[in-house]
Amino acid sequence: MKLAYWPGCVSRGFTPELHGSVAKVAPLLDLELVELDRANCCGAGVIAEHNQELVDTLNARTFAMAQGVEGAAGMMNICSTCQGAQSECQERLDADGSYRGEVNSHIEPEGLSYQAGGGWWNKNFLWILVEEIGLDKLRERVERPLAGLRIAPFYGCYIVRPTKRLGYADHPERDQYLDMVIEALGAEPVEYAGARKCCGFPVITMNRTTSLRQAGRHLADAIDAGADCLVTPCPLCHLNLDLQQPAAAKFVERDLGVPVLHLPQMVGLALGLEPKELGMGKHVVSTKALQKQLAALAAAA
Amino acid sequence: MADYTLKIRRYDPESGEPAYWADYQAELPPERSVLDAILQVKDREDASIGIRCSCRAAICGSCGVRINGRSALACNTPIGQASEQGRDGAVTIEPMGNMPVIKDLITDMEAVHWKKVRRVVPWLLPDEEAPEGQEYIVPAEAMLDVTQAMACIHCGACVSACLSMEVDPDFVGPAALAKAYRFVGDPRDGEHESRLRDLAEDEHGIYNCTHCFACVEVCPKDVAPMDQIMRLRRRATGDFEIKDANNGYGHEKAFMNIIEKWGTLHEAQLLPRSFGDGSLVKGQLRPSGAKQLTESLPTVVSGLKSGKVSPKKALVHPKLPDQKQVRRIVKEIESKDERLELNLYIVGELAGEDEVGAFAEEAGEP
Repeated sequence: MKLAYWPGCVSRGFTPELHGSVAKVAPLLDLELVELDRANCCGAGVIAEHNQELVDTLNARTFAMAQGVEGAAGMMNICSTCQGAQSECQERLDADGSYRGEVNSHIEPEGLSYQAGGGWWNKNFLWILVEEIGLDKLRERVERPLAGLRIAPFYGCYIVRPTKRLGYADHPERDQYLDMVIEALGAEPVEYAGARKCCGFPVITMNRTTSLRQAGRHLADAIDAGADCLVTPCPLCHLNLDLQQPAAAKFVERDLGVPVLHLPQMVGLALGLEPKELGMGKHVVSTKALQKQLAALAAAA
Repeated sequence: MADYTLKIRRYDPESGEPAYWADYQAELPPERSVLDAILQVKDREDASIGIRCSCRAAICGSCGVRINGRSALACNTPIGQASEQGRDGAVTIEPMGNMPVIKDLITDMEAVHWKKVRRVVPWLLPDEEAPEGQEYIVPAEAMLDVTQAMACIHCGACVSACLSMEVDPDFVGPAALAKAYRFVGDPRDGEHESRLRDLAEDEHGIYNCTHCFACVEVCPKDVAPMDQIMRLRRRATGDFEIKDANNGYGHEKAFMNIIEKWGTLHEAQLLPRSFGDGSLVKGQLRPSGAKQLTESLPTVVSGLKSGKVSPKKALVHPKLPDQKQVRRIVKEIESKDERLELNLYIVGELAGEDEVGAFAEEAGEP
């Protein structure tokens, strides 16, 4: 399947291991990715807060570039926040023809125009896995079943709410997909309170206490529920859950130390890729114990 | 008719006993409400169940509870639908979150919700006296913008679901902040700037919303409280340039400056620029900025140590190939006299000419 691919900012910035993992995993799933290297930041909610017409225009620009990729089935993103921020803009652009015309007038000098309708879509890698590739095919491709691992899903707000905007009417199980993928790869999904709550990242520069109490609580809940690691489809969540984890431990006054995987890393491990190829050495919370656990599972199998 | 199992969380603080779960059976058609089911159980099985309700039509906002973990009005949630979504078919009913429980499903709205609403001065503070013998008159379209905030029925569902309040009970919160926008967006009010300054400077104010959409998801009246909070921020930074102590202004300014300069986010500069109202140099020279940067230092060090961030990457960020286009778009839109906004609550989700045209065609109208 050919896809226009928007990697987002953070996957090429502070979570380079995410961008690298997608490059390794995509061919194993027969995904041909055409990277939108001229596209701009989705705004992550901040540009929307600043100026709605501006954020809608910047994302219409990205959508128009994706629509120009010949033979692409749609556009793929690898960040819950990109998904939510872009879906918000797409909802407004699709709803009103005259508004869309005004927005398009800003990108026409570049020879671009966003076309509404026609079933064009923008989906997170998680949605692509379940809806486009399918769990059966994913199961078939598993080389190293993750059996014995207990993995706590962490969805990221922007991919689960608001359900009305995010296509839940047509796909009511989207808030279960991460659990379903964990199971398909042979691991056991861990049930805990924080799976669909906020990681706190959006207020890390404005209210560190609120932000890190949120991250710390969810990590602690996952640990208490017996998780070996967490997995997330959102690199911004990853920043608060992994990069900030040592700081978050202080705000919840307890030890944490649980590794957090990016979704493509977890998929890559099950497809037989080595931890090093997936950048698992580039985490702040060490993944060594997890890697040992994986090796022991393989030896026992 | 169908049989439903209700799993109700019971608690009576006066009993001295801890809270417990109790199962009840109700029999009614699936389209009837969860409230109808609770009232039937109360009538037939156990009259001591505490529930607050009145209109049964999603107008009075009294019967807010959590159904299968989701904050909602019991009166406008069909029992059949709740049963489908419940675990093993049972419908779980709990009191709302983030508020003390008075008894069973009745929460103390006064202790949390109303206290917070009063915090935002929920009445009009006009500049001048109304013309003698007359009302204040404003054009109807000037009030359109606040109709969404005015639709609030104060049920507390958003307060119950708020993930920021879960970790910071002092957060002013979604309902009260939506109420604040109702006056900040009202052309008759004369205290827009001081209201905004007050809520921007409060560490539990507008910049403590984590943008999680929980309030948007549960509001039974589509008030979208988080969107109102974003409007408050937009006015605080864009219209009044309120440089608050929480870095709300700085964060937005830093983000915008970075996108205008590079097109994609340069995270390494977001933090220092946030503490300097968008400027990199100011962020490092200002005492408060230096203090906050020092607090973040251990995180920066662990990022470098893990190999996630290289010193080169922290310093150098590539510009987009067509960055001049992004800059042109920013300039073009920012230079407009008025911001163009499309509120789907007001115009409707099928507002477009195409869609309306299609509807008119189908209906056989011109």
